[in-house]
Amino acid sequence: MENLIDIALLGFLAATAVFIVRLRNLFAVVMLFGIYSLLSAGIFLELDAVDVAFTEAAVGAGISTIVMLGTLALIGGTEQRSIKPRPMALFVVLVTGVALIYGTLDLAALGDPEAPAHRHVAPRYIEESGTEVGVPNIVTSVLASYRGYDTLGEVTVIFTAGIGVMILLGGALSRRRPAAGEPAERPGDGDPPGPGEDAP
Amino acid sequence: MKHHRILRVVAKLLIPAILLFALYVQFHGDFGPGGGFQAGVIFAAGIILYGLIFGVEQATKVVPPRAVEILIAAGLLLFAGVGVAGLLLGGNYLDYNVLAQDPVHGQHYGILLIELGVGVTVAAVMISVFFSFAGRGRR
Repeated sequence: MENLIDIALLGFLAATAVFIVRLRNLFAVVMLFGIYSLLSAGIFLELDAVDVAFTEAAVGAGISTIVMLGTLALIGGTEQRSIKPRPMALFVVLVTGVALIYGTLDLAALGDPEAPAHRHVAPRYIEESGTEVGVPNIVTSVLASYRGYDTLGEVTVIFTAGIGVMILLGGALSRRRPAAGEPAERPGDGDPPGPGEDAP
Repeated sequence: MKHHRILRVVAKLLIPAILLFALYVQFHGDFGPGGGFQAGVIFAAGIILYGLIFGVEQATKVVPPRAVEILIAAGLLLFAGVGVAGLLLGGNYLDYNVLAQDPVHGQHYGILLIELGVGVTVAAVMISVFFSFAGRGRR
């Protein structure tokens, strides 16, 4: 039964990916990206990784869809059709795909308790975290306590990304409020692309 | 979105529930799924929904961009500050055992504080990114 759910979810995932590549209407592509993230969240949930599923649903299906829609409002909604085929690009994609599939042959089987990842520090977390950290959710104790330094790095990455977006897109609203009397323009209404922005 | 009455009513009903759920995920992360990262994203989603329905100008009145900028740094500083507090109390960096009388209580305080720092920074960054994108086209 679980295998059937896995196969169905992965099938939907592959179909969504194919449609994302084929479609030229970027609004539909953004919606499909959201569906793709939701399907991934379903797969994580089915693998009992509720914390990851939670994050994927909130970030992948929620926030990034909004950000991509915001981008569409700025750049317009249709992808320009590329005219000439690119055999070199196809070759690179095929070679990379074959290499990745070849790499999966060495992966441990799904849920294999003898896999190296499950024999290194995981037993210590499972057996000792209840008395050492005292938090029922082992994921929280690993993320926040055992691997606190990594989490600090992740938050620093998010901080840096936020600063980068503020620098690139001109910072928060407070400093760019239009002068009094200037008509407020709706986003995306014939906004000519500025320097550094490629036309879609 | 002035004429979408259904959207406005539904959003008004949903936004308090979304913000409350974000706080639940934030402070219940020790026991159930979730934590600072998810809570921050959900909280930001509530604010972003408000901005989408009632306009970015209204949203900036609720959450001033200046305050968001300060919160971006404040969350990270809280996280790093917990580590420094551990150093000052005689432990290693980010060692929570020394934050209270016994190690398990120290771990609880440490995890609560750093999850709060994660949540604040993530929520502020997401809101700031939304403001940046939404404010971009209206110059």
